[in-house]
Amino acid sequence: MSTEIIINLVYVASAVLFIFGLKLLGSPDTARRGNLISAAGMFIAVVVTLLDQKIIAYEYIALGIVLGALVGAVAARKVAMTGMPELVALFNGFGGLASLMVGWAALYNAGNTTFTDITILLSILIGGMTFSGSILAWGKLSEVINSAAVVFGAQRFVNALILIAIVVCSVMFCLEPAVDSPYLYAVIALALIFGVMAVLPIGGADMPVVISLLNSYSGLAACAAGFAINNNILIVAGSMVGAAGIILTNIMCKAMNRSLGHVLFSGFGAVKEATKVEGEVKPINSEDAFLILEAAQSVSFVPGYGMAVAQAQHVVRELGELLEKNGAEVTYAIHPVAGRMPGHMNVLLAEANVPYDQLVEMEDINPRIDKVDVAVVIGANDVVNPAARNDENSPIYGMPIINVDQAQTVFVLKRSMASGFSGVDNPLFFGDNTRMLFGDAKQSIAAVVAEFKT
Amino acid sequence: MEIIFLTFVFVLSIFLGFELINKVPSTLHTPLMSGSNAISGITLVGALASAGSANQSLATILGTLAVAFATINVVGGYLVTDRMLAMFKKKKQGGES
Repeated sequence: MSTEIIINLVYVASAVLFIFGLKLLGSPDTARRGNLISAAGMFIAVVVTLLDQKIIAYEYIALGIVLGALVGAVAARKVAMTGMPELVALFNGFGGLASLMVGWAALYNAGNTTFTDITILLSILIGGMTFSGSILAWGKLSEVINSAAVVFGAQRFVNALILIAIVVCSVMFCLEPAVDSPYLYAVIALALIFGVMAVLPIGGADMPVVISLLNSYSGLAACAAGFAINNNILIVAGSMVGAAGIILTNIMCKAMNRSLGHVLFSGFGAVKEATKVEGEVKPINSEDAFLILEAAQSVSFVPGYGMAVAQAQHVVRELGELLEKNGAEVTYAIHPVAGRMPGHMNVLLAEANVPYDQLVEMEDINPRIDKVDVAVVIGANDVVNPAARNDENSPIYGMPIINVDQAQTVFVLKRSMASGFSGVDNPLFFGDNTRMLFGDAKQSIAAVVAEFKT
Repeated sequence: MEIIFLTFVFVLSIFLGFELINKVPSTLHTPLMSGSNAISGITLVGALASAGSANQSLATILGTLAVAFATINVVGGYLVTDRMLAMFKKKKQGGES
């Protein structure tokens, strides 16, 4: 009995450490310390759990921990910052899978009540769909499979059938719980299928929403597992993560002016025909771009996923530094859904040594965008598309954007005249104050940097 | 009573989570996500008991696998978050890099 009390007291301490850790994550100055504190909380929770008298054999535990730690450490060290969304998706999936297994193993405990059986099923369900959904999201993000949204006519019908089947199997299982109940296997299989079905209709530019949502699910799965095995710390930590994921999901949805339901069920609708925009684009070369930038007092870079693809963040930072030396005020304006996960661009720029006080949010830059001499759009499209403001027929109408078209001059770096990820035409390209710098973003910026140095 | 108690903890933690995360600036959203993701690996604590029960049943195998996957989640999540956060620097320490 006394070890149980000690264990639970330490759990309280580790919950406090998690809370402080998350709190300190709120500011760039303290975030790193916050992460360490949260890791310390995890460490003491794990160590004290090993004192549990129910644990008699340590071989399997050691095996699992060594294997997991090796894989985790190597993955964390090797991953490129551009590949962060894929990695987080995978980690989410593993967390979900672990919760599924913890729930499943809890069936072997004697004397489970019906309430416990229900929570076991919940942890299997949420864990299972987190796992398969995350693996699919990983596949889409790393472009192992086609990243576009897959929508087919009977989708809602099929999903409804799966849900009904899940409920029926769950009820049948609870009526006669057994570790080898066929309904158990059915629920596991259905949960995995449901995860796939949930992520299938979401693609491309909506990926930040999915990752946030899966993050939330992985927390809720841990939480359900906590109910299944009567463990407070799982419930506390899991539900905090669940809440965090839901907040991020909400922020992402707002930034795209879409409801969560719309993102989850309808894919990116090319439902309405956007007003065709036509006009003349004004291409410039790096020499002209240099002359304009040299005269600029204030320059704002607006990065998008294209910057990550071109790996242009380092040359962008170099150009930013040259401009600063030249006396210009340099900022990096970042749209909340730029990139493939929340805050993706910030991490890439931080990796390239851009100080974080130069990173500004959309709400901060828009009121003073008319005072920006040159806005340089690098690999972003939808998040700077004025059709979101002006064209009611545009599929992205109503989405908040960075109003680069209101800057004095706009440079758009673009490979060619193809439209962006969502396939929406962008009137920005034809604006009077817009200059197109065609070519690979990295090479284009490097050429401008070279002009500066001569 | 157990049910009520666990639900109580659950509801309070959800609210706490909302309060804590609401204040995080968007600059830190990626580290926040990977950091909170690491916390969701807390399921490791639950996995330990099944892996260590040594009754050689499927429960032990499930537990061991769960320990492995949850450890990937925990170790990888914290390390990668730390790696990212180490890159966030304030303006100018000497200008050139």
